Parts: sequence; C-alpha cells; structure tokens
Amino acid sequence: MAKQMANQSTCYHCGETISGKAPCFAVINGTSHPMCCPGCQFVAEAIEGEGLAHYYQYRTEQALKLGQDKAPTTDYTVYDRKALQTQLVSQQLNGQCHVSLSIEGITCAACIWLLEKHLNQLKGVEQASVNLTTHRAYIQYLPEHVKLSEIMQHIAYIGYLPHPFSMDKQQQLAQQEYRKSIRRLAVAGIGTMQVMMYAIALYAGALQGMEDSYRDFIRWVSFLLATPVVFYAAQPFFKAAWRDVKARHLSMDFPVATAIGAAYTASTWAMLTGSGEVYFDSVCMFTFFLLISRFLEMRARHHTTQQGSGLLKLLPDKATRIDDNSQEQAIAAIEVEMGYTLRIKPGEPVPADGVIIQGQTTCNEAMLTGEYLPVTKQVSDTVLAGTINVEHAIDIQVTATGQTTRLAHIVSLLEQAQQEKPFIAQLADRVASYFVTAVILIAAVVYSYWSQHNPADAFWITLAVLVVTCPCALSLATPTALTAAMGRLYQQGLLITGNHVLESLTHINHIIFDKTGTLTEGKLTLEQVIPTNSTLSPETMLDLIAALEAHSEHPIAKTFAERATPLRAKSVTNHPGYGIEGSISSHPASSNDSNPEIRKAQRYRVGKSVFICSWLNIPLLDPPEPVGQWLLFASEQEVLGWIKLADTLRQDSAHTIHDLQQQNMQLSLLSGDQPNVVKRVAETLSISSWQANMTPEDKLAQLQTLQQQGKNVLMVGDGINDVPILAAANVSVSLGCGSDLAKNTADIVLLNNQLNSLLTVFDIAKQTRNTIRTNLVWALSYNLVALPLAACGIIQPWMAAIGMASSSLLVVANALRLTRTSKCSTKQHLQTQPSQITPLETAP
Amino acid sequence: MDIIYLLIPLALIFVAVAVWAFFWAVDNGQYDDLESPSHSILFDQEPSPQQPTPSKQASENKAND
Repeated sequence: MAKQMANQSTCYHCGETISGKAPCFAVINGTSHPMCCPGCQFVAEAIEGEGLAHYYQYRTEQALKLGQDKAPTTDYTVYDRKALQTQLVSQQLNGQCHVSLSIEGITCAACIWLLEKHLNQLKGVEQASVNLTTHRAYIQYLPEHVKLSEIMQHIAYIGYLPHPFSMDKQQQLAQQEYRKSIRRLAVAGIGTMQVMMYAIALYAGALQGMEDSYRDFIRWVSFLLATPVVFYAAQPFFKAAWRDVKARHLSMDFPVATAIGAAYTASTWAMLTGSGEVYFDSVCMFTFFLLISRFLEMRARHHTTQQGSGLLKLLPDKATRIDDNSQEQAIAAIEVEMGYTLRIKPGEPVPADGVIIQGQTTCNEAMLTGEYLPVTKQVSDTVLAGTINVEHAIDIQVTATGQTTRLAHIVSLLEQAQQEKPFIAQLADRVASYFVTAVILIAAVVYSYWSQHNPADAFWITLAVLVVTCPCALSLATPTALTAAMGRLYQQGLLITGNHVLESLTHINHIIFDKTGTLTEGKLTLEQVIPTNSTLSPETMLDLIAALEAHSEHPIAKTFAERATPLRAKSVTNHPGYGIEGSISSHPASSNDSNPEIRKAQRYRVGKSVFICSWLNIPLLDPPEPVGQWLLFASEQEVLGWIKLADTLRQDSAHTIHDLQQQNMQLSLLSGDQPNVVKRVAETLSISSWQANMTPEDKLAQLQTLQQQGKNVLMVGDGINDVPILAAANVSVSLGCGSDLAKNTADIVLLNNQLNSLLTVFDIAKQTRNTIRTNLVWALSYNLVALPLAACGIIQPWMAAIGMASSSLLVVANALRLTRTSKCSTKQHLQTQPSQITPLETAP
Repeated sequence: MDIIYLLIPLALIFVAVAVWAFFWAVDNGQYDDLESPSHSILFDQEPSPQQPTPSKQASENKAND
C-alpha cells in the first residue's frame, strides 16, 4: 500500500491535500502559499496579478482543481470561426456582440465576483455578468477590440472552464416557466396585500356600520384587484383542473380551481346584487400561498436543468480535420461531415463516430459502456463519439455525425423511456378525488334541503358550506411538506428534482445499481504491491514505476500521478494496450535507499505479463490471483514484482448496501463491464443478483421486466449508458460527479457524492409521508367538524374565514417540523463533502 | 369621507405602475439570479487598500484605467 506521508499540507487554491513537500508555491498578498500543481500556481498568480486576491478571503468553497502540469493552454481560436460565430454570437447594429458562455468550476458567490471583475477589466468588454444559479456568463463586447477566443482564454487563466452556451429547448422552457411564475407570484402578492387592506375596511364597516355606497365602492375596488389574481395568477390551477376533467382523473388541482372559481363568482354576485358577503381577500390569499409553495418546488426542479450547456457538452466543440493536402485544420465540430478524415490527439474526446485509418491507441469508453479500463483500438476499429482517446494520436474516417451517432441513439432511447415511465399515484390526489365528490354531493343535499325550508338563505348557507370545506388546508398539506423536506435534503447535499419523488420512494422495493462510478470510485487505485526481488523495497519499486508512468496519459498512469517520485525516466515509449518502457538513469543522493540496483542507468518495463515476458524471453507468468488488474514490472535482467490495480469500492458502498438489505430491499447490479470484475464487486457487497456486459438496451429491458412483475424500481447510476434506464425507473438517483445527462435525467442528485445519503433520503421520505398523512387527517377532520355546523346555518362567514386560516397555518407549521434536523448528521454531512466537482478529464 | 373616491383610484394607479415595473424587471433578467447579488455587495469593499501589481499576462490586456 502507498505509505501516507507524515507532513501534509493543502493546496491554497483548490484545497487538495499535498502529501510531502509542496511542488510549487505562489505569493498571494505577500505570503507564500503551497500549491498542488503548476496549474493551480499559475491561476493563483494570475488572480493575484489582477489585484483580485480578495477572492481567497471571500470564498466559501474551494476552487476547481486544475490537475495540469502547466498553465491552462487550451486553444479557443476555433470559436472565432465563422460557422461557430454565427451560431453563438449575436451582433447588434452598433457593432457590439453579445455572447453567453457556460462556465465550469463556479463553486460559490466569490467566483462570480472574481469572474465579473476580471472580465470587466478586459479592454473591449463592455459588460460582463455571471449568474450563480445557472453558471452562465453573459458578455457584451466589441469584436474590433477583443475576440471571443481571447475572452475565453482569460476565463481559463483564472481557473475556470468556459464552454459556448446555446440554450436547448428544455432550458428555454425552464426559463420561460420561471419568469412566468415569478410574474404570477408578484401579481398574486401585490393583489393580496391590496385586497386585504380593503377587507379590513369592510370588516370594520361590518362591526361599526358603514354607508352602503362606501361599502359597494370598496367591494368594486376589491373586485378590480382580485380579477387579475384569479384570471392571471391562478391560471395554472384552472388549466390543470381542465386537464384533469378531460383525463377523467381528479387531482388536487380540481378542488383548488373549484374553490377559487366558486368563491370569486359568488363574491362577484354578492357585489352586483349588494347582498351577502364578498370573499375576494380569501381568494387572493389562497392563490398566493399555493403559488409560493409551487414556486419553491419549481426552483428545486430547475436546479439541474439550468446548469451545464445541454447536450453540447458531451461532444467537443472542435475537431482537427486532415484536408486533401494532408494539412491539419481546426474546424468546428458542427462542420464535420461524413467521410472527413479527422485527427484525434491524446486526451481529446472523439467528435463523431468513425473508423481508425491510421495509428493505434486506447479509448476510454467508460461513459458509454461502464467499462473503466480503456479499450485498445487499432486500424479499422470503430471509435465512438463522446469517448476519449487516451494514448496516441489517431486518424479516423467519419462514419456517423450528429443524430446518427451511437451517443445520439442512447439519447433517443432516453426520450422513449421517459414517455413510458410509470408513475405512482400520489396520496393527495387519491384523497382529492373522493373529497371533491363528497363536497359536491353534500352541497347539493344542503341546497335542496334549505331551498324547501328557507329559500331566501339557501344560497348563502350553501356558499358557507363550500367556503368552510375550502380545500385550502387540504391542498397545502402535500406541497408544504414536500417543500420543507426538499429544503432539508438540499442542505445535506441532496437535490430532489420532481414532486413525485419523495412519495414514490416509500413504495420502492427493488434497487438497481450501476457499478462503475456508482458503487465504485470509477478510477483505478493501487491495491497491492508484491516485489519478487527481495533487494527491492516496495517504495522504491513504486518510485520507479511512477517515473515511467509520468510519461503516460493512461488511467493507470493517473494512479501514480500524485506520487512525488524523485526519479526521472528518459526515452520512454508507450506500447498501447501493453505497457510502457523507459530508462531511469540515476538515483538522487537525497534518498536513503542505497540499493545499487537502481544506481546505474537501466531500462525498465511495466505492463501486461505478455509484454514483459516476451521482452525477457521467459515463459508467460501468471498473476498471483486470477481476479483484478495485475501489472508486471521488470528490468532488462529480471522480473522485479507485481502490482495490482483495481477500481476500488466507495468507502460507504458496503454499509449502504448492508443497510438497504436490512430494510428488505431487493438489490441487483447491472453493469456494462466484464463479468469477472462485476462478479467480484457483487460478491464483496453480497449482492446476489448481478449481470455483466449489459448494453443500455439490455438494462432497459431488464428494468421493464421487473416493472411488469409489479416491482417499484429505484435506479442508481451515473454514466451516459445508464441514462435510458434512469429515465424509465420509478425513481432514479444520480451522483453529483456523474455525467450531465444523467444528472438532468435523475429524480435525485446526490450532490455530495456520498452513496450513504440514499439512506437519509429513504428516511426523510418516510418522515415526509407521515407528515403528509397527519396533515391530511387534520385537514379532513377540520372539514368534518365544520361542515355540519355550516350546513345547519350556524357558522358566520367571518368564523369560516378564521377557521380556514388557522387550519392552514396548523398544516404549514406541521410541515415545517420536517426542516428541523434531528440530532446529529447534517453538519457532518456538510463537512465531509468533497469540494471538488466534476473531474476535468471529461472536459473538451 | 368622499375623499376615498379620489384616493383609492390613485392608489390603484400606483399598484398598476408597480406591477408594470416588476414585469419590466423580470423581462430584463433582474430576477434570474436570486443568490449571488446578496453576496456580491459585500465583496466590493476593499479590506486593505492595496495597489494591484500588474503581472505579465494581465498587463497585456488591462484597460488603461
């Protein structure tokens, strides 16, 4: 095992732990601070250089780790090409250009300040504003003074990753919905305040006596103010109720719309005839309360869709074309056509499906297949859009672009799955349909009774019945509880994006897990070191391997990237799919290890058994254990040892799985990875049902079979290959470090990346269900008591109004209990939350 | 009390203006970000007066202010 160094420090910029001596330093505000990598150092110096070092005092979250050995050097000049400019930039008549960029790496409000300050200092930038909620920058600039690529370069200098942003349809709809609902909220709020004010005049008038002319005038004014509230602000309720009627399935919207509509009509009638009572104030207040709870719910729901730049992010924006004269030419990815020859450099994502015509390499297909080790690709092999080229530059001939790629196919599978998604009927909706029928029947009986006995009062008594049974408390019962629970979960780093989620969770009896990145970390770590040569210590052996791997981009090499080796390797060659070779010349004097083995220049190899054994001309060696990823390490003379790498389980996987099994959940593991790997994970976690080599289609079919057996299924996944099944599951969970597409599809996003938060979600879902139940019971029993009194004609309108308000308040107070954190956990969750966000490797 | 016939319609006009102003602000994106403005107001005051020292890449592009 890798030894933990005693002296540790943290990177001042990104907060990452540095074991041993910090590789570099940056001077900020006169003090020298440790930095984990030259990338962070460059950024910190750039921030200091701009005079923006206050950023470090103001921020509440750590910055994004750059994980680069050099200054940010991404070339953005492709965005100055005409094809992309016309798509991204809108030019005004006065020559000013407007552009929206989606910015990766924003962690707190101080980032906004830093970005805005920095951008507004640039010559040619007229105005730059950055939105903390959507992580989007809106920039106005003069193209003759500054180019788009320069602006993007500057954003990269201070440690953020700019992506061009073009709003997709979903985001456009989300923005429209948001703006509409905030307008509705304002109309209802302002209307309520005004009508309440006049209602007090009317109440006072009723007690002290008021001339009818004044009373009627104030009623008219109230009517004028309530009308926009009913017809504009309450419109969504009427629309939903009409949809319910057409679908012959009543939800809570129907009684709400009936109550608003009936009270408004009756009040208008009372105003016109100068008789009875007006209820304009109740109508407005009721609408306002409901709109607030819906608004909060919607904000939570939009949280994930607004971030990121839509599907664009899965594919790179640019490509390198090899033209007819064999010249490299940078083009925009949308310009790529079938038959083009593209060059893909190591570390770059593949922009379109294609066949390799030159070179060999390995590709990381984890996002599409779930297999965490890169796959070897040779001439005439197919590479898929969205996968990442790991080792060597390759030339490909494009066979599919845009909508015909494998990636696009998975996305279309997602849309299909979303339409077939089964919903679990909500408790409140079921109650609502009985409730509406009951109220209408009772009102009819009351009216017919009183019209025979006292025809003059029949209408007003019936109205009192309707007002008393106003479903105010009933309709607030569910949304308030849900909003409170969602708020509490959000504080703990759990984002709930749908209304149905918390209720559906209590019905879940089967959970499907994805393996890579969900149960496991999704990256390789060193598990075991077995030196076969007794003169070589494991530490020295790892130093030697790390020196070799420093020259590789392969995920295996990343395992060693954090190891500060004193050795340097020279003339290193990569053998894609096999291993790496290089000579390590001298051993620095600082080391205490006096082993003569490594004093003189030597050639070493690390890689697959076959790669080493053919070099040494010895028979093929078998790894010590059959399972796992074993690498052999050797010098020119002899085999020196084995190392074992594995995609380790998340720390909390085992206890989460155990606790879920305790709760009688059935668990299964579906993975796109190799059977032997999946089997081992399943056995370690004692998950009895597992399947390997699953394509997204297989996973979806498996899920639908379970659902046909009457199971309510929860799916936990993070990759693009999980997206269709996430969409089809009754409830879906994605991790915060997962792909954007998975996060947009999931009902629950574990922003804190902790699997054991699942237990918290289940726990709070149960509490929420109980709260909703007690709320419903209270609201219904209030109605049961008040209804007979109203039917007998005992209740005055003002008594009905007070009863209604107090029952609503009680329901809200009961729901607010959910926001109280019970005992221990919240703070701990927050503190242990890892500060880094999406890993950088996926960024173009 | 006849004055209410004048004052209440006046108040209604104010309400209409307020709603119109609010709609205008929403359309201008003033309400799109409800989080950062509450923090950013605090960031602009300088904790310690300090002259920014322009570094290499910063001086190339800085506005001459």
